[in-house]
Amino acid sequence: MQKMKLVMVGNGMAGMRTIEELLKIAPGLYDITVFGAELHPNYNRILLSPVLAGEQTVQDIVLNSMDWYAENGIHLHLGKKIDKIDRKNRVVEAEDGSRAEYDRLLLATGSNPFMLPVPGADLPGVISFRDIADVEAMISASAQYKHAVVIGGGLLGLEAANGLKQRGMEVSVVHIAPWLMERQLDEPAARLLQKSLEDKGLKFLLQKQTAELVRGESGRVCAVNFKDGESIPADLVVMAVGIRPNTELAESAGIHCHRGIVVNDTMQTFDPRVYAVGECVNHRGVAYGLVAPLFEQAKVAANHLAEYGISRYQGSVTSTKLKVTGIDLFSAGDFTGDEGTESLVFSDPGSGDYKKVVIKDNKLVGACLYGDTINGAWYFDLLREGTDISQFRKTILFGQHHLGDSGHGPADHVAALPDTAEICGCNGVCKGDIVKAIVDKKLFTLDDVRAHTKASSSCGSCTGLVEALLAHTVGDYSVAPSKKPLCKCTEHSHDEVIAAIKDKGLKSMRAVFDFLEWKTPDGCASCRPALNYYLLARWPGEYQDDKHSRFINERAHGNIQKDGSFSVVPRMWGGLTNPKELRAIADVAEKYRVPEVKVTGGQRIDLFGVKKEDLPLMWKDLSAAGFVSGHAYGKALRTVKTCVGSQWCRFGTQDSTGLGVKLEQLTWGSWMPHKYKLAVSGCPRNCAEATIKDFGVVCVDSGYELHVGGNGGIKVRVTDLLCKVETEEQVMEYCGAFAQLYREEAHYLERTAPWVERVGLNYIKQRILEDEKGRVELNERFKHGQRFAQIDPWKERAEGVDATEFQTIRISA
Amino acid sequence: MSDWIEVAKMEELPRLSARVVQFDTVKIAVFRTSQDAVLAVKDRCPHRGGPLSQGIVHGNLVTCPMHNWRIDLATGEAVQPDQGCVRTYETKVEDGRVYLRLSSAAANANSCVEHA
Ligand SMILES: Cc1cc2nc3c(=O)[nH]c(=O)nc-3n(C[C@H](O)[C@H](O)[C@H](O)COP(=O)(O)OP(=O)(O)OC[C@H]3O[C@@H](n4cnc5c(N)ncnc54)[C@H](O)[C@@H]3O)c2cc1C
Ligand code: HEM
Ligand code: SF4
Repeated sequence: MQKMKLVMVGNGMAGMRTIEELLKIAPGLYDITVFGAELHPNYNRILLSPVLAGEQTVQDIVLNSMDWYAENGIHLHLGKKIDKIDRKNRVVEAEDGSRAEYDRLLLATGSNPFMLPVPGADLPGVISFRDIADVEAMISASAQYKHAVVIGGGLLGLEAANGLKQRGMEVSVVHIAPWLMERQLDEPAARLLQKSLEDKGLKFLLQKQTAELVRGESGRVCAVNFKDGESIPADLVVMAVGIRPNTELAESAGIHCHRGIVVNDTMQTFDPRVYAVGECVNHRGVAYGLVAPLFEQAKVAANHLAEYGISRYQGSVTSTKLKVTGIDLFSAGDFTGDEGTESLVFSDPGSGDYKKVVIKDNKLVGACLYGDTINGAWYFDLLREGTDISQFRKTILFGQHHLGDSGHGPADHVAALPDTAEICGCNGVCKGDIVKAIVDKKLFTLDDVRAHTKASSSCGSCTGLVEALLAHTVGDYSVAPSKKPLCKCTEHSHDEVIAAIKDKGLKSMRAVFDFLEWKTPDGCASCRPALNYYLLARWPGEYQDDKHSRFINERAHGNIQKDGSFSVVPRMWGGLTNPKELRAIADVAEKYRVPEVKVTGGQRIDLFGVKKEDLPLMWKDLSAAGFVSGHAYGKALRTVKTCVGSQWCRFGTQDSTGLGVKLEQLTWGSWMPHKYKLAVSGCPRNCAEATIKDFGVVCVDSGYELHVGGNGGIKVRVTDLLCKVETEEQVMEYCGAFAQLYREEAHYLERTAPWVERVGLNYIKQRILEDEKGRVELNERFKHGQRFAQIDPWKERAEGVDATEFQTIRISA
Repeated sequence: MSDWIEVAKMEELPRLSARVVQFDTVKIAVFRTSQDAVLAVKDRCPHRGGPLSQGIVHGNLVTCPMHNWRIDLATGEAVQPDQGCVRTYETKVEDGRVYLRLSSAAANANSCVEHA
């Protein structure tokens, strides 16, 4: 059968990204032809600034080499500008007369720089800053001439000015507004920026209007005259006053355009065979000029060209960074604010730091940073996700370092780290490896870096550092999807999956795969454990736990160690033990020649180095002595740490040990989205460290303080105080209700600390404190689930359940 | 003598799981996919030697429990962008019995050169 023909006009970043996405999901569906007006294969336009500044070369910034097009069977026509589309006969025609037929047409013609309509704008020596040819013209001018004038003090103009200065020219920047980058920065930040650029030797003429460009004797531009009568010398004038979507071709073909080629949410134009992406597009009234949204558009267009027909582009929030070495600024959203908003500002002119965040209804709506921008990515996340920030409003300006394991917030400036610095502790990946992969393999997104280096693909706590490295290496480039799919097997987010399982009554993994149209037959190692958990948590007693969808630790009920052996941690209720138990542990340790015995931080005993085959035998002995599994290996209730409390301690106010034992008896065996720890301290001296636990109780004279969302680990997060209650019964009820809320609503592998931050403490208070009936029901559901969960997995396996898991088949020669 | 060795009955090898077959000091992981294909590879991830038999099986792939490398069980090749391969072994299923071919000549069913 003949393949369908796809023609793309405009060999630039958005168009080629679409082709790449398309080849990924539907290789071989189309016979592809690409026309580009420039003489170069697709290159990274963003990096023209460093090329101009002499920090990179044109070769460095090529994204798709000529070989790449050939390998992918793409017919590439360089230097050919399409000037006609015959929509009736479905043919495009280039200026030189070459033609190509299409079944689908993709327009990605980018935008044109706007040239001020002043006399002399067409003189030699007056150029824009858009493509390689412009950069080459600027570089050659810098070698011959002295005076450069850049008109426009926005992102592009400042990057051009910086580059020309680096090339040795005297540069003046002319700007019409009262301060630089007025669309991205407020006045104080812009003044700091201006000062540091002045320190680099740039001159600024603000609130100046250009009247005319003057022709010199040689015919080339020689000066710029302003409306106020002033004049400055100029051998080179760079216009960077804005861009206009390039719709000339589309308009000539009668395709509806209005400040861009108008498309719907599938990136389709008014002619259903014609799609458009990139800066040439007007989507819901917005034309974007940064790559992150364009890449999202590319993904959607590819999905529809591939005839999958399931994704929609719904617009993007964008953020800005300036790529001038040594200058850090970040801006996103509404950074000026209005009547309904409040602004928090930190300003330290001495160190050149300025931070401002704009808040509306307890949510971040804008941010503007100068100097220390390390928290930009975090603010941007808060903004996009609409996170409730009321709990950390007081410290928000100081960044995320005080917060928990939520996976963002680089602790230090990554640029300053040596190449050997380890970034991802989980996978042992160093800064040098990551930067090399980003450069060599031309990686753009966090996902790419994860796939190629494995950095940040595990615990995720280094995600912020990796994002910072990415931004540092290639500019702020990460695509910003409004929702994150659970994994690559699906388009659906965690929340959508959780809701579907509940609302549609999906009770098996197969039902989830079918109903939500999973893309892979058996899922993958990311989604299967998540789905198994969601199903188990939602349908206790009905859903049959699927051990093949569990990680090895949970499947074997022990922690796999680096030599392949396992560790065994029997449960010690509330950290209490007695001579009989200790003797039994000593006996098994000797009998199975356990090489190491250690007391854990969770107040129990860990037996290391057990062979997998010995596990069921050892469990049998432990079970006979009355022990059950400590679930030290699971996304489950781990331990309840206690202090000695009123029984022995002179400060004790309540029986913290006894309460700890009761809480552990209530909660043990429960599967959770992630590990879950409890503690009970007998007085505010808090010897059991209850304020860094998922659920901590601090006893006081008049009752019990309940604390939630704490975390030890890499990033310590102190709990939030949920409430104070008066009786042990209440502690038990609130404990069950909070655990159940977390079990039902958190994402798999999300600890309570980031979950509490994401949904906000107010929400949790509302569900647990204000909604009394809801609390009782949550607790009931928790207790119902426990009826099925509190079956000791060790005992079952000691009695022969799942025997094949633990047996090696031996054969001899 | 035929060099096929019976290692297990099909019912002793649940879907989406693996059994470890130890032959002298060599450990071989024998997998059964959701489609009932039986595939065998050396039980050593090409990355850092993790036990592939303990990973999660999906499609024809297993994800190593140590660092999440994905290995194609049919070819022994790591899935891009990871690079490396693991030795594969021939298998067959007859009358509900799983056989493995171990003789040194035929053992290396793919062309993977092992790293120590
Ligand atoms: C100097 C500079 C710095 C930038 N820095 C950043 C940054 O830091 N971050 C960021 O996100 N964005 C930045 N941008 C913006 C970013 O580069 C653009 O948003 C992006 O390149 C637009 O992609 P596109 O595919 O829509 O257009 P382009 O990449 O411009 O591609 C369009 C292509 O189509 C060709 N074409 C047009 N008409 C025709 C025709 N009729 N026939 C054939 N070919 C045609 C053009 O020649 C061009 O090659 C920067 C831009 C510049 C110029
Ligand atoms: C594969 C990796 C890990 C293994 C095998 C592991 C195993 C354990 C075990 C067996 C215990 C004793 C707990 C108990 O008695 O139940 C423990 C305690 C602890 N672990 Fe880990 N752990 C791992 C990763 C982590 C990580 C990543 C963190 C930090 C984010 C962490 C933080 C802690 C803390 C704070 C304790 C003490 C708990 C307490 O005092 O109650 N662990 N770990
Ligand atoms: S927390 Fe208070 S009651 Fe408990 S051991 Fe410490 S001082 Fe004593």
